[in-house]
Parts: sequence; C-alpha cells; structure tokens
Amino acid sequence: MREFDLVVVGGGPAGMAAAIAAKEQGTDSILILERDDRLGGILNQCIHNGFGLHTFKEELTGPEYAERYSDRVKELGIPYELGTMVLDISKDKEITLVSRKRGAETVKAKAVILAMGCRERPRGALGIPGFRPQGVYTAGTAQKLVNCEGVVPGREVVILGSGDIGLIMARRMTLEGAKVRAVVELMPYSSGLKRNIVQCLDDYGIPLMLSHTVVDIKGKEKLEGVYVAAVDEKNVPVPGTEEYFPCDTLLLSCGLIPENELSKTAGVKLSPVTGGPCVDESLETSIEGVFACGNVLHVHDLVDFVSEESVRAGINAAGYIKGRPSSPGTPVEVSPGFGVRYTVPSKLYCESVEDGVHIRFRVTGVFKGASITVTSGGRELFRRRGRIFVPSEMLDIVLKKELLAGVTEGIEVRIEEAAL
Amino acid sequence: MTRELTCIGCPMGCALTVEVENGEAVSVAGNTCKIGENYARSEISAPVRAVTTTVLTAEGIPVPVKTAGSIPKEKIFEVVKDIKAAKVTLPVRLGDIIVSDAAGTGVAAVATRTVE
Ligand SMILES: Cc1cc2nc3c(=O)[nH]c(=O)nc-3n(C[C@H](O)[C@H](O)[C@H](O)COP(=O)(O)OP(=O)(O)OC[C@H]3O[C@@H](n4cnc5c(N)ncnc54)[C@H](O)[C@@H]3O)c2cc1C
Ligand code: SF4
Repeated sequence: MREFDLVVVGGGPAGMAAAIAAKEQGTDSILILERDDRLGGILNQCIHNGFGLHTFKEELTGPEYAERYSDRVKELGIPYELGTMVLDISKDKEITLVSRKRGAETVKAKAVILAMGCRERPRGALGIPGFRPQGVYTAGTAQKLVNCEGVVPGREVVILGSGDIGLIMARRMTLEGAKVRAVVELMPYSSGLKRNIVQCLDDYGIPLMLSHTVVDIKGKEKLEGVYVAAVDEKNVPVPGTEEYFPCDTLLLSCGLIPENELSKTAGVKLSPVTGGPCVDESLETSIEGVFACGNVLHVHDLVDFVSEESVRAGINAAGYIKGRPSSPGTPVEVSPGFGVRYTVPSKLYCESVEDGVHIRFRVTGVFKGASITVTSGGRELFRRRGRIFVPSEMLDIVLKKELLAGVTEGIEVRIEEAAL
Repeated sequence: MTRELTCIGCPMGCALTVEVENGEAVSVAGNTCKIGENYARSEISAPVRAVTTTVLTAEGIPVPVKTAGSIPKEKIFEVVKDIKAAKVTLPVRLGDIIVSDAAGTGVAAVATRTVE
C-alpha cells in the first residue's frame, strides 16, 4: 500500500493552496487527488473576471487564478494524480481511489485534507411540476458546456434563480448569441452580487423578476416554454399572474451545497446548516488529522477567501504530521445568535490560537447600519458596525488572541440592529 | 441631476450617488475607494467594460479569452465577434495575443489559459 504524510482530496483552488502551504512547511510526502483531467476545479469554467483582487491585487479570470496555483504546484514538485476519483475514506485515513491508470487502489495517509468543493442543488429538489424535458440544465452545467466544451445549449433562455452563476450565465449566453428573456427570482432580493446584476443583466437589458417563480414547464420531450407567476409574502404563487415565456432552455441557479458524501462515509461530523464538516480553529474536523477547507467546508463566494482559508488548513495539517501537541484545554462552542446563520469554526481551543482566529459567517437577512457583536458569558469581545450586511456576502472577522484571554464560556456571534 | 450607480469595481458593490452636470460627473459619494470614483466618472461620460469569452481553436477546443483592458460598452458585441473569428491553433499559452486590436478599440484580446 502506498503511504503518504498528506493526501489532499480535490485539486481545486482549496486543494492546491493547502498542498502548497503544507509543502512550504516542510511536508514532502504529499499527494493531490483530482477526478477531473486538470487541476483548477470550478475555476476552469469560470472564465469571467473578478478573481484574485484580495490575493493578487489585480482582477483575474478563473483560469488565470487557477494557473498561478497550478504553476506553483508544479514548481514545488508536489505530486498530483488526475483522472482519479476518491471513493472512500476510512476513519484510520485509508483512502480508496480509482483511476484509469492504476485501477482501484487503497493508499494510507497520516493526515487528510478534504477539498472536494461543492455541487449545485439538483433540479429534482426544486419541486417544479410538469415533465423534465430536454433543455433544462443547472446553470453550472451550462457554464461547463459553453466554456469548456464549446457547446451552447440553446437560443432562447429563461433563468430561474438569481445566484451569481445564473447572472454570469445570463451574460455569457447573451454574448454567445442567445436571447435571455428573464431571470426569475423567488425572493424579494437577489442572492447574487450587485455588481453582477449591473454588468450581467442591466448592461444587456435583461429583466430581473423578483418575487416570481416558474410554476409550470411546457413541452414533453423538448422544452417549449415556461409559465412564470408572481408570489405572495409566503412564496405562494398568486393566481392570475401567470405569464408565458417561450424558450428552449431553462437554467436553474438555485444554490450550492458542499460535496460531503466522502466526509459522511468517513464519519466526519457535519453541520446541518452549512452541510459541511464541523471544524475547530485549526480547520480540523471531528476526526483527528482530517482537515477541511474551501467550498466543501462552507460555500464561499470569493475564491480569495478559499485560498486564505486553505493555507491555514495546509499549515495545520503539516503541524499535525510533525506531531504538534494535541489541543490544550477544553474547547468553547462558537454559536450563531440573532441574524447569523452559522459560524466557521463552530468550536475554539482558545489557547491554541496564535495571533488571532478568523470567524466566518453569513447573515440571515439584509441588515442596514447594524453591528456584528461577539460575546462570551455576557462579556463583549468584539463589535464592528457595517453599512450593510447581506446574505450573499460571507463575513469575516478576526478575534485577536488578547481578546480570548480568560474566555471559558461559549462564544456567540450575532447581529445587533441599528436603533431606529 | 443626481444618478444612483452601483460600483462594479469589486464584489463590495458600493452604492454611488453621482451629481451630473452636462453629461459629466461633478461629484461622487458612497464609494469606499478611488476605483469607485473613477468608475462613476467614466460610467456617466463613456462607459467601459472588460470582456471575457472563448475562441474555438482549429482543433475544436475552446480557449478562454479576455480583453487586456476595458473597451467602450457599445463595442462589446463587435469585440466578441472579432475574437470568435480569430484563427487559433494549439498550443496556446496564457497571455498569448489572440486579436491585437479588437474591433478597432486599440485593445488586445489575450488567452487566459495555457492549452497544450
Ligand atoms: C459555478 C461557480 C461560479 C463561481 N464564480 C465565482 C466568481 O465569479 N468569483 C469568485 O471569487 N468565486 C466564484 N466562485 C467560487 C469559487 O470559484 C469557489 O469558491 C472555489 O472554486 C472553491 O474552490 P474549492 O477548491 O473549494 O472547490 P472546487 O473549485 O469545486 O474544487 C474541488 C475539486 O475537487 C474535485 N473533487 C471533488 N470530489 C472528488 C473526489 N471524490 N475525488 C477526486 N476529486 C474530487 C473536483 O473535481 C474539483 O476539481 C464560483 C463557484 C462556482 C461553483
Ligand atoms: S468603490 Fe472600491 S470598494 Fe466600493 S465597490 Fe468600487 S472598487 Fe469596490
């Protein structure tokens, strides 16, 4: 059986950044496993601009951002195997994989970094009545078809869901000569970034229909059109508001979920809110020596945050391999309070924190002029006011080590609304 | 006249309030950094965008491409057409020039991935 100090599952931005960081910490025996035929993960299909502003201070496209990391992986001579699918990870870190080159194989690792990314919510889970004719795709699938295979799936398009991938695809399909009739969003606000509404919809005069949804699909074998209706405050379609849009393509952009089938079989404890592993401040999961970073941990909107987080996972995995002492003391829980959906990490060994600890989270709604506050046992540790907090933007705060001195009770992160 | 814009300079998407006189921005508020002010000024007088698309190589492989700088907004479709019409054969290296002057804008279009 081949043995490695560190096996990284997934060769996207998270896996690459983690492997590079571990290597730079002196871990030499590393293997990156990637099921695709190249490194880079989802970035390969994200040919638009907007990556790397934080990391490189310039605006890169997804493939450019990915290539900076894959070049570094090659420069450092970190071994990676492509076309290799990981099928199973056991509690004692035996990893079963299958590849065309080597067939089925089991390898053993001292430490594992989970970096499998996320996948799109499948269309079956969306509950639109009617048949499932040809012409219905998830937005990410369409993105891959257009950008990586050079195939444009249709000429007349309706997009359900206003997440960033849907917005980006509205522009992309338009530039490829298709007519995008509308982007339909159930909620009264878009879950995508404002800049994408401006430069992907407004620039091309594509209407964004908020508080609307697709209520029916026409066409048995091939999609012929969709019926769109307004919804009330309870998200129930309002009778009599149906409007018919002829189209040959319906793209679904309805959110992403961390890809954690493997984590589950390994017995890693998952958070019911994020769908990703529960981790402590070192990004270690409930299994010792198994770390997680990137979209497998929680869905990020900025790849820069993915890279930064993954560096920490790589450094901590390297430390574990070198035999770092196990975390001292008992951990405190980090929990979401009012206005906060979840926090990563969800537990914290205060004494292990070096300079400071990042806490990342998302809010449950739109808050204007509100403050983020962090308390423990009635004591306020941190407060920051913001102009606007929105669910589509992951928030990141750093609790300095000094602040954590003497913290023994659970830490709560919450939003305090502005007094009217 | 007052116009409300959203800065597209970065994912923050600052809400900008612009005072416009004779088709020029005379003051900009709401921006967090200088990019927002510059964006507002050009958006009022002559909007520009960076463009990304793909070109199919002779071998039938899509290569991602971007304009090396911003181009006038009304030229987006012409620029895409020029890029699509370019004759490209493998291998392509990141940064290779695909079109040297896209649709007469004076801006080049370059490959954003190495494809061997
Ligand atoms: C469609 C889409 C559009 C996006 N647009 C933007 C944007 O405009 N700007 C921005 O900053 N961010 C954007 N993001 C977010 C950003 O790209 C992601 O946050 C980032 O790619 C996540 O990196 P990752 O390495 O965690 O996951 P991924 O990039 O998904 O990489 C995971 C890798 O793991 C591999 N893998 C999974 N399971 C296995 C297995 N069992 N065996 C072997 N390999 C496996 C996959 O093949 C993949 O290569 C977008 C994300 C998506 C999904
Ligand atoms: S003004 Fe600056 S911070 Fe605000 S969106 Fe524009 S570039 Fe980003």
